[in-house]
Amino acid sequence: MNLLFQLLVNGLIVGALYGVVAMSFVLIYKASRIVNFAQGEFLLIGAWACWWLLTHWQLPFYIGFPITLAFMMIFGVVLQVVVLRPMIGEPIISVIMVTIGLSIFFQALMKWMFGVFAKPFPPIFASPTMNVLGLDVQTVYVVSLVISILIMAGFGWFFKFSRMGLAMRATAFDQQVAQSLGISVRQVFAMSWAISAMVSAVAGVVVGVVNGVSSALSFFGIKVFPAVILGGLDSVVGAVVGGLIVGLLENMAHYVDSQWLNFGNMYEIAPFYVLIAILMVKPYGLFGTKDIERV
Amino acid sequence: MTTTSMIPCGDFKTRYATDTTIFPTVTSRNFAILGIVLLAVAPAFLDRYWLNLLIQIGYLGIAALGLNILVGFTGQISIGHSAFFGFGAFASAWINNRFGIPVALAIPLAGVLTTAVGMIFGVPAARLKGLYLAIATLAAQYILQDFFARANWFTGGVAGTIAEPFSLFGFVFDTDGRYFYVVLFYMVVMYLLATNLMRTRDGRALVAVRDHYLSAEMMGINLTKYRTMSFGISAFYAGIGGALYAHYLQFVSVEGFTILFSIQFLGMIIIGGLGSIMGSLMGTAFMVLLPELMQASTDLLSGTAVDRMLNLKDSIAFLREMAIGVVIILFLVFEPDGLAHRWKQIKAYWKLYPFSH
Repeated sequence: MNLLFQLLVNGLIVGALYGVVAMSFVLIYKASRIVNFAQGEFLLIGAWACWWLLTHWQLPFYIGFPITLAFMMIFGVVLQVVVLRPMIGEPIISVIMVTIGLSIFFQALMKWMFGVFAKPFPPIFASPTMNVLGLDVQTVYVVSLVISILIMAGFGWFFKFSRMGLAMRATAFDQQVAQSLGISVRQVFAMSWAISAMVSAVAGVVVGVVNGVSSALSFFGIKVFPAVILGGLDSVVGAVVGGLIVGLLENMAHYVDSQWLNFGNMYEIAPFYVLIAILMVKPYGLFGTKDIERV
Repeated sequence: MTTTSMIPCGDFKTRYATDTTIFPTVTSRNFAILGIVLLAVAPAFLDRYWLNLLIQIGYLGIAALGLNILVGFTGQISIGHSAFFGFGAFASAWINNRFGIPVALAIPLAGVLTTAVGMIFGVPAARLKGLYLAIATLAAQYILQDFFARANWFTGGVAGTIAEPFSLFGFVFDTDGRYFYVVLFYMVVMYLLATNLMRTRDGRALVAVRDHYLSAEMMGINLTKYRTMSFGISAFYAGIGGALYAHYLQFVSVEGFTILFSIQFLGMIIIGGLGSIMGSLMGTAFMVLLPELMQASTDLLSGTAVDRMLNLKDSIAFLREMAIGVVIILFLVFEPDGLAHRWKQIKAYWKLYPFSH
């Protein structure tokens, strides 16, 4: 029973991270209608950048981390301006393929620069584990949960009250109308990529601190898809809920598997079965809006 | 993508028959026949290295054509093609090893079996499009990959499986020079089949689904049927390609059929040209020759300052992956219609030479 509870807590924490990544995926999709298959590489690049600053330059975490975020922000903007801007108006298959191309490019680049083996982060917290309700939980997980909730709250505030957030919502709703109201759509696109890259990098650093940094991080970008399909593509709240569900589902599948089935590897693969099942019943995801099209 | 059917100026057609011929001119037919004849005598002149490359282009080209029928002609994206390719490879070896059916029959049977699997994943896919379809096929990729690692009875698990060499009436095609003909035969047949498919009612229905699926549906085209069918055909081609791969290497391991391989297939058809049959072959050739070219250039650079700085020998694997990504992006940004379109333009230029507009 204890194991089940432990897995549930794990699922909740990992799920919150999935939620954060899914949220930043949805942010890009909402603002610029681009499906970003390179989301996982944002995590990877962010984590490696932070790792490099912390180990190679021996910077303390509170300096290295903001530099990483600033770097990721610039990186997101540059990526959008250089690669994705020429693709505006192209068919969806082309846009998907460009992001897939970016994804394998950056994955290989990171492997080339930093090697294929997982590298541990220097210790950041004084005590690696802490006791929550009688369970041993890694400190970084608790901190990550707090960070996730902060990011989510930040997103909520950003979209509701800030000028840029409102401009993004307007652009997502109707690009032409937004433009005619004086919103710089280009700026919105660039900002959405910058924020998305930054937020993903936070998640990347958190996962990197727990598991070490390796190319396995980019698998997070793929786990985002079940989460997004569960929660609906155009809903930020849905993405968070979807992420939590996927996190819990994985750990539940792992529990069921380890207790009774003994298939092995269910942790990785269960979300994809659920994904196919959902798409069979509801082709636009659980909460996605059905496109109404005219000839 | 619609621009691939663009007709150069000065090329007028007055009858439907001329619009649907395989070869628009006598010269193009003669060139095609000449090409096949040249390939048929090639093993006498080429060494193992080049034959190996040609065989690779052959079986990968068949699978890439299948993907092009799905993506380029029907407009359905798939990020799980290598899983079907792998399934075909295992299926052929399994049919041959388990039931003792000769390899010559096992290859088409593997194609049929892969079609069945493709249809299963095609059922949810028939209702999906765009992003949702991309994600569903991504899931198919991971599910099949997981299945390969799990199904010991089918794939031999981690140890992989042995595939017998191709033989016909006691004659064993076990050298590169001999196996080349098997691949060539399959390639010609499969490419002819695809070309003919696009001239039929079903082929035109597929293109209509791609161009505007709502209008197509209003014209009485059964979307579910054609989308599932397209998935089936694409899986069939992947299966045949995979089976040829298995009996060429005579060993299939579970590790090869990753998502990167799927992306490589997508890269082939993007480079070659979506919605172009010969483009699939050109793109495959490009994708197969790209690493060889990179290897050759690293060999040239070895010992120089660049080599010392980048440590080329150890990093060639990563550089290859990066090159695949870069090439896909560059083609999508600068030449979205691929090599086939470029080739068409070159042809049109010479055809209409002094007055090309």
